Amino acid sequence: MPVSCRLCGGSAILKRPKTGDALCKDCFFSAFEAEIHQTILDAELFKKGERVAVGASGGKDSTVLAYIMKLLNERHDYGLDIVLLSVDEGITGYRDDSLETVKRNQMQYDLPLKIVSYEELYGWTMDAIVKQIGLKSNCTFCGVFRRQALDRGALLVKADKIVTGHNADDIAETVIMNVLRGDVARLRRCTAITTGADGALPRCKPFKYTYEKEIVMYAYFKKLDYFSTECIYSPNAYRGHARTYLKDLEKIRPSSIIDIIHSGESLSIKKDVKMPTQGTCTRCGYISSRPLCKACVLLEGLNKGLPKLGIGKEHKERKKLALLQAQSFNQTIEPATSANVTTESSTPSSSSIAGANTVPQRIDF
Amino acid sequence: MAAPMDTLKSHESGSDGLSIRLEFSGGAELLFDKIKKHDITLDTSNGSNWNIRRLISWIKDNLLKERPELFVQNNTVRPGILVLVNDADWELVGELDYNLQADDRIVFISTLHGG
Ligand SMILES: [Zn+2]
Ligand SMILES: [Zn+2]
Ligand SMILES: [Zn+2]
Repeated sequence: MPVSCRLCGGSAILKRPKTGDALCKDCFFSAFEAEIHQTILDAELFKKGERVAVGASGGKDSTVLAYIMKLLNERHDYGLDIVLLSVDEGITGYRDDSLETVKRNQMQYDLPLKIVSYEELYGWTMDAIVKQIGLKSNCTFCGVFRRQALDRGALLVKADKIVTGHNADDIAETVIMNVLRGDVARLRRCTAITTGADGALPRCKPFKYTYEKEIVMYAYFKKLDYFSTECIYSPNAYRGHARTYLKDLEKIRPSSIIDIIHSGESLSIKKDVKMPTQGTCTRCGYISSRPLCKACVLLEGLNKGLPKLGIGKEHKERKKLALLQAQSFNQTIEPATSANVTTESSTPSSSSIAGANTVPQRIDF
Repeated sequence: MAAPMDTLKSHESGSDGLSIRLEFSGGAELLFDKIKKHDITLDTSNGSNWNIRRLISWIKDNLLKERPELFVQNNTVRPGILVLVNDADWELVGELDYNLQADDRIVFISTLHGG
């Protein structure tokens, strides 16, 4: 009665979503690892001697990623110097547990770990931000600050590259969202296995073709230690719907996930479609299509007591800000020179990354 | 996290019901008072079979503590929750139609919580 493994005839434990093959535990492990190795080779993700920061949240994807990176690096002699990099948003009770998981991973996998805090990077913890603005729009802050935090942290540890645990399901979901929003620029970018290669710190996704189901099964059968929770601040409802839709599709036809990624990849953009020009933030140097990047706008709002700046009704808040600036012009409380890290001057440790901030970064989905 | 490894005895064993173990992880345990392991005994007095379809509705009525729609949808588990029967993917053993055996271990893993 037990189904037998398609490769060795042993007793199967998993039906692979991508191929429909039934595999035993050992054949699944080898297939899973070999495919990721192949992805890394095909896309030439790494060069010998590079320092690679694994964005580690303590969650399933990044925990499996750290494990796999360490394993493949040793098995195939990539010659990489792997560092775990975690962001502490300063959310009481949320990161506390997940950071404990990352610290255990550090010991279990014997990899160095760097934790960068929002406090250190921005002068604000998420808890303090929520106190200021309430529970409504804080995930805007979460998302924007988190993306930059990883880049800034990676520069601190002198990494050449960042790898993240984004898997095939995540990428398919982002394709759907970008199609629904008509966001052509992001649509073109979001399926790329490496982003930010043009002068900024590259980010790679070794799990681009790896199904979430297999990542979770791998973690389960390898007994990897990960942390699962919902962000205690409201989750992104729009993304949630896209996820549900994707999971429903996968249930009907498991190849949907890869099919959607392929669709995203093969959508070509006509030459005459106007793409937003990517400049850099005049304040922190992060890639931005506006004079101030999103994080700097949000920070400016926070620091000036106008936390809604940058969220939703921007014009109104901008008017308020302009008014405030006009009022304080003569008082010169703040040395608001451009190309300076004024928003971070409140934390002493941030001065150390002021130089790093001038390196252009890419905001990826 | 408060004692996630605790085992909850929902029914006293000893009766001649069908005893199995349920496990919830990957965030699914958050819907069950954070209790990961539940040893349960299902009533077999009317002689009918217990398959996973019936088990899921039993879980909904007897174990689920909050937001049932995050676990059960359309009389099956919500897409994105993986099910293992004695450490094998339920897709290999008939999914909802699998007939439970004594001492089976059924694991539900959510893939929908933070990655
Ligand atoms: Zn095999
Ligand atoms: Zn959040
Ligand atoms: Zn900026």
